[in-house]
Amino acid sequence: MRRALAQVVFALGLPAVLFAVWWVASDTSTQVYSPPLRTILTAFGDVWTGDRISADVLPSILRLLAGFSVAAVLGVAAGIVIGSYRRVRAATEPVLEFLRAVPPPVLVPVIMLFAGIGDTMKIFVIASGCVWPVLLNTVEGVRAVDPVLSETARAYGLRGGVRLRHLLLRSASPQIFTGLRQALSIGIILMVISEMFAASNGLGFAIVQFQRGFAIPEMWSGILLLGLLGFLLSVLLQLVERRALAWYHGLRASRRQP
Amino acid sequence: MTTDTPTKTPAARGRGVRQGPVDAALGLAGLAGFLALVEVVPRTGLVSPDYLPPTSRIAGALADELADPAFWTALGDTLTGWSVGLLIATVLGVAAGTVISGVPYLRRATASTVEFLRPIPSVALIPLAVLLYGTDLRSTLLLVVYAAFWQILVQVLYGAQDVDPVPDETARSYGLSARARIRHVVWPTALPYVMTGVRLAASVALILAVTAELVIGSPGLGARIAVAQTSQAVPEMYALVVVTGLLGLVVNVGARAVERRALAWHQSVRGEVAV
Repeated sequence: MRRALAQVVFALGLPAVLFAVWWVASDTSTQVYSPPLRTILTAFGDVWTGDRISADVLPSILRLLAGFSVAAVLGVAAGIVIGSYRRVRAATEPVLEFLRAVPPPVLVPVIMLFAGIGDTMKIFVIASGCVWPVLLNTVEGVRAVDPVLSETARAYGLRGGVRLRHLLLRSASPQIFTGLRQALSIGIILMVISEMFAASNGLGFAIVQFQRGFAIPEMWSGILLLGLLGFLLSVLLQLVERRALAWYHGLRASRRQP
Repeated sequence: MTTDTPTKTPAARGRGVRQGPVDAALGLAGLAGFLALVEVVPRTGLVSPDYLPPTSRIAGALADELADPAFWTALGDTLTGWSVGLLIATVLGVAAGTVISGVPYLRRATASTVEFLRPIPSVALIPLAVLLYGTDLRSTLLLVVYAAFWQILVQVLYGAQDVDPVPDETARSYGLSARARIRHVVWPTALPYVMTGVRLAASVALILAVTAELVIGSPGLGARIAVAQTSQAVPEMYALVVVTGLLGLVVNVGARAVERRALAWHQSVRGEVAV
C-alpha cells in the first residue's frame, strides 16, 4: 500500500510541481507570447471540442494511421524479401542507405508535385518517411534469425507461409517494433508538416492559422494537444508492443536472472 | 541481443572475404540501375518530366548549384544550425543525464516527466519559434536542440542504469570517491549508450534543421528547397533534395566512424572488427 502510494507520488510529483510553477509564474504574465496558463487552458476547452475535433483532429489522426499502416506493411514486406536474399540486399543497400538519409520533410514539396495537396499527398508523405525505419529494422531482424532455428525449421520442412509466420516474422518482431516506434515519431512530424505546408484542415493547419492570426492562447492549446497526441500514440504503441512481444520480454527477463 | 555468436568455420569466413568485391559490384549495379530508372521513366513518358526530371537534368541542376556561391552559404547555414544545435543538446543531455542518474530519488521523480515530454513532436514548437525568433538561426536551434536533447538524455539514463553491480561494489569497497567512480565505473559503461544517443541525435538534428528551414524559412538548404518549389524550378529542387540526402549519408557515416573510434576499446566495436 505504501509502496503503491510512493509510486503514485513519484509519477505525479514532478509534473504537478512543474504545472504549478507554470501556473503561478505565468498567472500575472502580460507578455503576449506567454499568456497565463489559465487562459491557455480556457482556450483549450473552447477550441478543441465538438466541431474542431471532427474537422481538424480526426482527419489528422486518420491520415497518420493510413500513412503509418501503409509504411508498416510495405516496410515489413520489402524488409523480409531484402533480408532473406543476400544478393538482393547487396544490390539495394547503397540506394536504400541514400533514400533513408534524405530528411523526410524535404519530400513534402517533391510529393506535392505528384499528388497535389490533397489527402493522398499527406498519406503518401507520411508513408514515404515512415517506411525506412521499418524496412531497415526488418532487414536487420530477418538477417539476425537464429541459424539453429532456421536450420531446424528447414529440417522439419517448414516452408512458405508457415516459415514466414512462425520463424521470420516472429524472430524479427522485436526489431520490427523498434522500427515502428521510430516510424511513429517521424510520422507525427510529417503529419504536422504536410498540414502546415498546404491544407484546409488538420492540426498543423489549425495551429499555423492561430499563430498567423496572433491567437496566442489558442496556438499554445494546439501545441499542448499535439504533445498530448504524441504521448498517447506512443503509449498505445507500447501497449501493443508489450502484448505482441510478451514472449520476448519474458525470455529476456528470465535470461537476466541467473 | 544474443551473446552467443555462432562460431564461423574457416570455409564460411573465406567465402565472406571473397564475397566482399561481389557485394560492392552488386551495390554499384543497384545504384546504376536506380539512376538509369530515373533517367528512363520520365523519357518514356511513364511519369511526366515536369514532375520527375531525368537523372541527367538533375545532375545538370546539381552542377549549377555547386557553381553558385549562394548554395554554399545555404549549406554552411544548415551545417551551423545542425552542429551548434547538436553540441548544445549533447552538453545539456549529458549534464542532465549524469545529475539525474546520480540521484536515485531524482531518477524516480523525473521518469514520468521524461516519458511525457519525449514523444512531443518538436515540430509542434514551430509556431512558437516563429513568434519568438522569426526566420532567425535561433528558430532552427530551438527545434534542433529540443529534438536532439531527449535522444541523448534517455541514452545517458539507460547507460547509467546498466552499470554492472559487481565493479560498482568493488569500487565502493576499495573506497573510491564518487568522482572516481563516475570516471572509472559509470562512464565506461555509459559511454557506448551516450555514443548511440549522439549518433541518433545527429540524424534527428539534421532532419529538424532542414525542416525548420523548409517550413519557417530560416536560412539554409531547406529554405532554398522551398524557394525552388514555389518558383517551379523542379530539377533544382531535386538536386537540393539529393544534396540533403548526401548530407544525411555523411552524417550517418561520420557518426559511426566517431563512435567506432571513441569505443575502440569496447567489446561491441572490437567484435565488429574481428568479423
